[in-house]
Amino acid sequence: MSLLNSMLFSTILSADSWELFKSSLLPMITGGIKYTIPLTLIAFVVGLLLALLTAMMRISSIRIVRIPAIIYVSAVRGTPLLVQLFIVFYGLPNLDIKIDPFPSAIIAFSLNVGAYASEIIRASILSIPKGQWEAGYTIGMTRTTTLRRIILPQATRVSIPPLSNTFISLVKDTSLASLILVTELFRKAQEIAARTYEFLLLYVEAALLYWVICFLLSLIQEVIERRLEKYAAK
Amino acid sequence: MYLTIKGLAKSFGENEVLKNIDFAIDKGKVISIIGPSGSGKTTLLRCLNTLEQPSKGLFTFEDGLTLDFSKKVNKQDLLKLRRKSGMVFQSYNLFPHKTALENVTEGPLIVQRRNKKEVTKLAKELLTKVGLKDKMDLYPNQLSGGQQQRVGIARALAIQPELMLFDEPTSALDPELIGEVLRVIKDLVNEGWTMIIVTHEIQFAAQVSDEVLFMDGGYIVEQGSPDKVIRNPQEPRTKQFLDRILNPGEY
Repeated sequence: MSLLNSMLFSTILSADSWELFKSSLLPMITGGIKYTIPLTLIAFVVGLLLALLTAMMRISSIRIVRIPAIIYVSAVRGTPLLVQLFIVFYGLPNLDIKIDPFPSAIIAFSLNVGAYASEIIRASILSIPKGQWEAGYTIGMTRTTTLRRIILPQATRVSIPPLSNTFISLVKDTSLASLILVTELFRKAQEIAARTYEFLLLYVEAALLYWVICFLLSLIQEVIERRLEKYAAK
Repeated sequence: MYLTIKGLAKSFGENEVLKNIDFAIDKGKVISIIGPSGSGKTTLLRCLNTLEQPSKGLFTFEDGLTLDFSKKVNKQDLLKLRRKSGMVFQSYNLFPHKTALENVTEGPLIVQRRNKKEVTKLAKELLTKVGLKDKMDLYPNQLSGGQQQRVGIARALAIQPELMLFDEPTSALDPELIGEVLRVIKDLVNEGWTMIIVTHEIQFAAQVSDEVLFMDGGYIVEQGSPDKVIRNPQEPRTKQFLDRILNPGEY
């Protein structure tokens, strides 16, 4: 026990380690600001649009519209994200399609978010009582207008907590992009660790930074939820 | 006749809920539909604006719009049919994310694309008429059941329908709130609206209706003036039903 203690102290809390911690902070945060955060935001926005389209296709009354959506969701949910990333970045060049690391990551993460979020959006739409559709129809609305004016605003409120969950998972999943050479936060940690052999220190530091980002995001989620409170059916 | 319906039938799978219904309603008349639960009265009402699409039946409106549900009907005609009527639901179905005023303006503003100023004025008049002048900016969850239902009535009136449909408008209300809703409906009767009301309030139906339909098992068992159907029913099934409802103390 005391051996373990002294090891931890010597690696994490020595003066040298503290210096390394501080000096690595800037490159990691830079990696976060340049890649982790933009990757998360872009993939989430593109993913959401894709998800909305997919959800609409899945609730369509026309079979041939539903089927591609079902296959897409099933394929993405049924395969590991890491494999998807590798197919886009390392696989496609065999077809002479060469995409840079960052856009590759955006493509893979957007497709991934699109599939998961589409199920959330679909479930949120289905959770709105049938009477709301009917009320829309009886004031003369078409299905599309009812969806847009009546159902989606209410479904949005329902979908915020699960979508926030997806968003926070996405922040952490972007660390996988380090494996296709995107110099995001975790890649920076790996690079410094490889140079200094201070793996524990740097990976804990990276973990702390992810934690801070996710904590801030959960605060934002609460604010959004409170602002959309009135959209909730009671 | 404003609307004539011939041979209306509706099945859910094997289950035949409406069987060969004929009836007609004239402009400015009020028809009440009474009957036990499961008799098909709500389904009949919902067929009139195709919230349930009839399996069979010929609808003829006095303006010439004709829909034959034994054939494939086109979407445009369905929309036209639906836009002729306003509906008041048992469970109100107000839009929870909109204020009372926005609930009422939604139809005329979004569907009919009328001028916003004019629509707001109309909506305020309607909400005043149903006694909610000082509740216009409240959300449905801030209103009592009776108030919500009156917003529901104003919302249906706002699209200026030719026909008003009421689906058990007081069934979800506390007994002491029923009166305020019935009073509003009675005002509409006096204003000459064409209305079809599905209700369990037999006395009210007797008071306001020009005609009463008694339904059971998917058929119209008896129809005629309230004097005939409610005060002097001929069919044994009607007698039995009214007896139960009007003398609930006797078991």
